Amino acid sequence: MLDRRLIQNFDWVLLLLLLFLAGISILNLYSATYAIRDVGGSRIVMKQIYWFLIGFSVLLVMITFNYYYLERLAYPAYFFTVALLIIVLLVGKVMSGSQRWLSLGPLVFQPSELAKISMVLVLAKFFNDRDSIEEYRLRDLWQPFILILVPCGLILKEPDLGTALFLGMVSFSMILIVKVNRKSLLIFLGCCLLAAPVIWFGMKDYQHRRIMTFLRPDTEPLGAGYHINQSKIAIGSGQFWGKGYLEGTQTRLHFLPEQHTDFAFSVLAEEWGLVGVTALLLLYLFLILWGLNIAKGSKDRFGAILAVGIVAIVFWQVVINVGMVTGLLPVVGIPLLLFSYGGSSLISTMAAMGLLMNISMRRFMFQ
Amino acid sequence: MKTSNFDPVAQDVFAKQLKIAVIFVLVIFGILILRLWFLQIVSGSTYRAKSENNRIRLQSMAPFRGVIRDRSGKILVDNRPSYDLYVIPEEIHDVDDLLNRLTVLGNLGMAPIKETISRVASGYPFKPVCLKKDISREELAMLETRRFDLPGVMIKVRPQRHYFYGDLAAHVLGYLGEISETQLRSGKFPNNKSGDLIGKTGIERRWQELLNGGRGGEQVEVDATGRRIKVISQRPPVSGADVCLTLNRELQTLAEKALDGKHGAVVAMDPRNGQILALASSPSYDPNLFITGFDAGTWKNMVSSSDYPLHNRALTGQYPPGSVFKIVVALAGLQEGVITPQEALYCNGEYSLGRGRYRCWKRWGHGTVDLNRALVESCDIYFYHLGMRLGVDKIARYAHQLGLGRKTGLNLGHEEGGLIPTAEWKRKRWGVPWQGGETVSTAIGQSFVLVTPLQVATFVSAVFNGGHVYRPQVTRWVRKTGGENIFEFTPQLIRDVEIKPEYLELVKKALSGAVNHPRGTGSKAKLEDITVAGKTGTAQVVNLKKEKDAEAKGEIPWKYRDHAWFVAVAPADAPRITVAVLIEHGGHGGSAAAPIAKTLIEAYLRFPVD
Repeated sequence: MLDRRLIQNFDWVLLLLLLFLAGISILNLYSATYAIRDVGGSRIVMKQIYWFLIGFSVLLVMITFNYYYLERLAYPAYFFTVALLIIVLLVGKVMSGSQRWLSLGPLVFQPSELAKISMVLVLAKFFNDRDSIEEYRLRDLWQPFILILVPCGLILKEPDLGTALFLGMVSFSMILIVKVNRKSLLIFLGCCLLAAPVIWFGMKDYQHRRIMTFLRPDTEPLGAGYHINQSKIAIGSGQFWGKGYLEGTQTRLHFLPEQHTDFAFSVLAEEWGLVGVTALLLLYLFLILWGLNIAKGSKDRFGAILAVGIVAIVFWQVVINVGMVTGLLPVVGIPLLLFSYGGSSLISTMAAMGLLMNISMRRFMFQ
Repeated sequence: MKTSNFDPVAQDVFAKQLKIAVIFVLVIFGILILRLWFLQIVSGSTYRAKSENNRIRLQSMAPFRGVIRDRSGKILVDNRPSYDLYVIPEEIHDVDDLLNRLTVLGNLGMAPIKETISRVASGYPFKPVCLKKDISREELAMLETRRFDLPGVMIKVRPQRHYFYGDLAAHVLGYLGEISETQLRSGKFPNNKSGDLIGKTGIERRWQELLNGGRGGEQVEVDATGRRIKVISQRPPVSGADVCLTLNRELQTLAEKALDGKHGAVVAMDPRNGQILALASSPSYDPNLFITGFDAGTWKNMVSSSDYPLHNRALTGQYPPGSVFKIVVALAGLQEGVITPQEALYCNGEYSLGRGRYRCWKRWGHGTVDLNRALVESCDIYFYHLGMRLGVDKIARYAHQLGLGRKTGLNLGHEEGGLIPTAEWKRKRWGVPWQGGETVSTAIGQSFVLVTPLQVATFVSAVFNGGHVYRPQVTRWVRKTGGENIFEFTPQLIRDVEIKPEYLELVKKALSGAVNHPRGTGSKAKLEDITVAGKTGTAQVVNLKKEKDAEAKGEIPWKYRDHAWFVAVAPADAPRITVAVLIEHGGHGGSAAAPIAKTLIEAYLRFPVD
């Protein structure tokens, strides 16, 4: 399957981007865990290096087959994911108040990670099957809505508001890219506004508190607002050039919470300043634009929509995480992809990147 | 499977959509970078300051309060270590178990402590929580031997003010109390912070600033849990200055022993310079209690009982001087020339003025008395005549000159000025003119006249040192820890009295007689080998002529009995000590007060000279 033409078309730019991000991520993780390096910090760094190695292997596996075969697997994968999401609600591991993890022997993973890829796949398949429609109206979209709502609802039940919203954003982006009738779009947005109160009353107390904290972070400086205030202090105190590598006091002295996971970006901002974070954001921007370019170059509709879905995953994670740590968005617990510590998220991201590369490599080939 | 290569039209639509997406992405990333620009550049310095604030704690270090010594350098007040029991919430495994083990230390008030521990543990788990202050040596030993069973327990040592001899010289030393909000805000206490103990009265207050010393501090880097990471910079505290008093500890002890169980005051002074050698007021109190805390009963007694142990009677007790005042009247009479030393007056035991009858304490009279005999035997009739010849205003002039009716300026906290009446004073105060009869009783130190024991010691010292009224002082020196003296005693002359030396000599001789002559009223102060001069005084509290006549003294309720005065100077020819004794409701000065003066003088003059 990997003939010479494939190797010629190998997407070195994408690989280089990913290697760059992986490198910065490890470097930053080392700093974030530096203060606890004797009590498990170094193990965290080593584990993340292994996860990256596994991740790149997954990426290589993902380019060996023609992505087109995935179209047939889209619905089975989707239902498999929904099944896992139901199982996790029944027998999943409860950690800090929510049931998100499923253990398979020594492996612990979040089915919601798998849901990202299945979701993107199934929507790509759906819109590929209905390519005769130029502008989709609401009546054409009831099926994708159900496809989106089922996993989102299950994830919301865990409860994991952040991931559910994130999945909704990614799906919504894919619908928008295939072009929706303007009137239908306005009606839909109106319905969302009306639904907002219903959602508010359906939320848990801690979720209310998070949103209130986001709106008024100063009211609870030692309570729920502590995280966001400390994060803003860490980022702001980095100023232009940063405090220097391993010199971030907010990080080293643990004022910054969750510093190797959700708030890893704040660590970089404190130590490398505006220069460092701008560079990182430009890398992500480049990755996103490169992904959109792959979508544009794709020779078939399935690949194009799939690529857009993968780019949406990258885009929304970056926006939600950076928005969250800078106090623009509520703290919803979305890690920064390819940057925050965590195996489950890294593997699924690398799988998605593998798919993107798969599409990129096969754009000059004709069936 | 659908083989669906893009048809060109659909691809065009898709490309347009992608363009919109790119613009959207660029705008959102622009917003993110703008947000970062705002946080890191616009508000960067604010956040930098906040992060420094997070990281650095200023920990202030209290200085060591200066030591107070007596005149020979013996320590009266210092600081002893107080062992305080703390726990570090982070290091406790099982709060209930730990508190259970600590019950051997008595009642700690478990419920609130448990609450405090859990509250601190959630915020700053490394911040120690105080369980008990100043545990005893036995408790300390017990804790030390069980150290391994008590994880999280910590002992902090803190200097605590210690008054070595309990209530000795309490009224001179004063006591400490927590600094008030008003004092803190006044800016006069730059080296103190809320919760500090400062001198509230006495020497502790007089030299508060110097005794206190300079607060030190350190900048410590802490982590989010409050654990100290490292010391960034440090300024050690500057110990307070040492204060040496003019008090003689042995004399002070004797004075207080003599007053034990009585209400009254003793002032012993060096007449040559105004140095206070002893100053006692009874009842007294233990200043240590202000540090360690009172039980409810003791405190109630301190503030509300009619004993007023906190009052310094030597400075704030105002009493009629009684016959002690005759010294002033005699000097005034001589200097004003209304009488000569030789002129004799006749005492038949009674003096009439208008319709008033004024008696001598000796019912049948003294017969013919001159000035010397009038003072020796304290004849009232002689002084009634003398007083009438002088008039109240002249008496007042000499009394004022000698320092009566004015605060002496001994800087030990609150002081009363006493009262020397004048005709003008009465008109202003009461709106009625002065009566002749009032001059009569003023001449023997009654009517409106009020003096403090300290004033009496001061004025008699002046009579014996050639007419120099010195301000009483109690500080010998104040010395910085390095050794440099910040303050050194020098005599402070208030004024020289305008009385001829020969008149002073006459009175001195008469006062010698009052102690040494067989008929002298102060014979109980007589010593074998030292000539003591002195004057008794018996001050009426209420007019009790009838009871006196009946000689029913034993039946008069205590609070209506006369105050007993005695003031003595020795040796009479070269004075080294003046002692003024006042016993409230003590009865006769000659019997109640004179022996005390004698004891002090005898002891003092036999001490090795310092």
